[in-house]
Amino acid sequence: LASPPRAVNVDLQTDATLQVDISDALSERDKVKFTVHTKSTLPNFKQNEFSVVRQHEEFIWLHDSFVENEDYAGYIIPPAPPRPDFDASREKLQKLGEGEGSMTKEEFTKMKQELEAEYLAIFKKTVAMHEVFLCRVAAHPVLRKDLNFHVFLEYNQDLSVRGKNKKEKLEDFFKNVVKSADGVLVAGVKDVDDFFEHEKTFLLEYHNRVKDASAKSDKMIRSHKSAADDINRIASSLYTLGTQDSTDLCKYESLLKLLTFLCFKIEARVAADEDLKLADLLKYYLRESQAAKDLLYRRSRALVDYENANKALDKARAKNRDVLQAETSQQLCCHKFEKISESAKQELIDFKTRRVAAFRKNLVELAELELKHAKGNLQLLQSCLGVLKGNT
Amino acid sequence: MCLSSSEPASLPAEDISTNSNGPKQDLLFDEDPEDLFAEATEEVSLDSPERDLLLSDGPSPAITPITPPTSVITPCIGHSLLRIKFEQFQTCFLQIEEEEGGDLFDMNISVSDPEKVGDGMNAYMAYKVTTKTSMSVFKRTEFSVKRRFSDFLGLHSKLASKYLHVGYIVPPAPEKSIVGMTKVKVGKEDQSSNEFVEKRRSALERYLMRTVKHPVLLKDPDVLQFLESSDLPRAVSTQALSSAGLLRMVNKAADAVNKMTIKMNESDAWFEEKQQHFENLDVQLRKLHASVESLVCHRKELSVNTAQFAKSAAMLGNSEDHTALSRALSQLAEVEEKIDQLHQDQANADFYLFSELLGDYVRLITAVKGVFDHRMKTWQKWQDSQMLLQKKREAEAKLQFTNKPDKLQQAKDEIKELEGKVQQGERDFEQISKTIRKEVSRFEKDRVKDFKTIIIKYLESLVQTQQQLIKYWEAFLPEAKAIS
Repeated sequence: LASPPRAVNVDLQTDATLQVDISDALSERDKVKFTVHTKSTLPNFKQNEFSVVRQHEEFIWLHDSFVENEDYAGYIIPPAPPRPDFDASREKLQKLGEGEGSMTKEEFTKMKQELEAEYLAIFKKTVAMHEVFLCRVAAHPVLRKDLNFHVFLEYNQDLSVRGKNKKEKLEDFFKNVVKSADGVLVAGVKDVDDFFEHEKTFLLEYHNRVKDASAKSDKMIRSHKSAADDINRIASSLYTLGTQDSTDLCKYESLLKLLTFLCFKIEARVAADEDLKLADLLKYYLRESQAAKDLLYRRSRALVDYENANKALDKARAKNRDVLQAETSQQLCCHKFEKISESAKQELIDFKTRRVAAFRKNLVELAELELKHAKGNLQLLQSCLGVLKGNT
Repeated sequence: MCLSSSEPASLPAEDISTNSNGPKQDLLFDEDPEDLFAEATEEVSLDSPERDLLLSDGPSPAITPITPPTSVITPCIGHSLLRIKFEQFQTCFLQIEEEEGGDLFDMNISVSDPEKVGDGMNAYMAYKVTTKTSMSVFKRTEFSVKRRFSDFLGLHSKLASKYLHVGYIVPPAPEKSIVGMTKVKVGKEDQSSNEFVEKRRSALERYLMRTVKHPVLLKDPDVLQFLESSDLPRAVSTQALSSAGLLRMVNKAADAVNKMTIKMNESDAWFEEKQQHFENLDVQLRKLHASVESLVCHRKELSVNTAQFAKSAAMLGNSEDHTALSRALSQLAEVEEKIDQLHQDQANADFYLFSELLGDYVRLITAVKGVFDHRMKTWQKWQDSQMLLQKKREAEAKLQFTNKPDKLQQAKDEIKELEGKVQQGERDFEQISKTIRKEVSRFEKDRVKDFKTIIIKYLESLVQTQQQLIKYWEAFLPEAKAIS
């Protein structure tokens, strides 16, 4: 696989001190192997340039290690890449194989090519998602220094991280339940700080709206693909129609075939553009806005802890018991809260900058792509019309 | 001076009456004008009885036998002699073949203004049928009448009974739809019943145009009456659940069974090849029709989903707190809304242009196959007569040795009659074969023309769509770039 293009969704500054990309990927039966390539001038690494092979589970391990690290509570943790999902595509290819007998050789070859192209597109996307994650980490002033990250990049053996077993998955599930219940409680706490109060309201609504837009754009693109598939099917039946007809009609039948193929391309391209520039963008910001929400949650949690610690200190002072303990506890909570608040503010500002830049880039590219394709289609259609109208 | 040919049959008027078995001879499509007009180089006087034959329209005013164009005849009032040269006839004949009876085919029929008449289950839709034409077979150049759906079915029924069995491909009428009509009768004024009426109106229009484009059907008195006369007797036997309707169904089933038992020795490879060709075409067109219907469905779905996405994008734009991005997202929502409209228009084009055309052709091919079946039946009839004749001859031979002069005479009479029948059977078979060849070639030409016209229309609609898309995205691009 040729080196995929740099992550298109996110606008990141890269510098020479640490550059990470996925230079290669291999899709096997039930796993994908990513070749993570690093170029760095940092002294931490033994070499300036090196590569290792990683699987999806190892990315998740890295992400989770960030989330669980208390020191990183004040940062937006880059969202984990989604699991590579070729199931649907594989199923389609399998169905095609089973139905091989019921269609002509041309139909079969054509469908196979289409499905293989689809498989390749999904593959490229999953590579891009994993790459974006690593790039975000590498671009973050604090996270890039993380030791686990360096191990991930450099250690050329298997990290032996297994996927979570059933028990651990169940634990995660309960943790999330608790967290969302807690989140509701914590969200109710009004913040004295205007900036954070505004961010909280904004993010809550924004996240929901992005979720909706992402779902609707997926639906729209699926319809588009269905329509394109129909046109493809029409083209195949026209193909078989022409070969049986008398030569008089062959002229028109072959032009008809070309036209149908053109119609298919028109639809398929639009669907692909929308998918790339719109759907992926929305999906990514759905995850990022969730990560931002998580940050706010952690800060609110810390605030609640801080306020509780204050109350406990007052009580202790009133009873004159365990005052020192309460004081230490209160100081810790205060420190934690302030630390989080400070970095959170910057993180949220950066989030907005990134978001605006990414949307701008993708919307501009979407419009440019649509224009390019529409103009190309128009030319082809007009020349086809010219041939048909002039041909009597 | 008169035509040296003494056979008035060389220029017979076509015998068209409503109960006839169709034209006995199809001169319009004769491939050998020489046979007919070899003698026509002689001059014909204005007063000769042959001229009357030449110029008479026969029993039906609608049918024009082979005559030179009126420009040759009418100015000759001042001349004493009509000079009819073979070459003139030949050119005239060819012109007629192309120009359908003396004028260029210039006719446009539109079906419009659907109007509900009556109430409840007896209600029906009346359509206005407007004909605009410069053709001489019509009395006026523009006229309209009111017709209802059963009138169209009645027309088709009459034409089918007259022409199908002699090999003409009679365009099938639009399909009945009990569900569709009931909704209209009951008075449901919603989108689906409006769509149904529009679909039907369009189908009726196409049906009439196809019918009149057929050079023989155009001249049929039933067709002319349908288009011109303000009063038309109700075609009662077209009701789906009537006894006539049931009888039709029974006959159809019987036909199907009979067809299976006819084993014809096809001596003509052309027919075998064409029959196979139409079988294949039938299968392919049905498949194509199904695919196009699926496309129309998905396109409508796409339109709905695009509209939903547009709303969602607008909401997202509202909650976005960066002003320029917020505005751009709202603009995106507007673009998507406009694109949704384009999708709807495209779905309509897919439907009206292609799906309906394919449906028409699936039904037409059934009519074509029917005509081939009639040929088989004609052959069978001929064969049966021949076999019967054979039997009678054998019986006669046996009777020779008995002393029964009456019975012998009877047998001889029967044989004579049967010989006539056999000859007629053979003539019928040859005639229908000839007609079918001609019809098939006309059908194929029309098919190419039809599809070509539709493809051009469809392409033009696609061109429009792309042009609109360019407009929308060009307007959007600066908004997207303005985000900072």
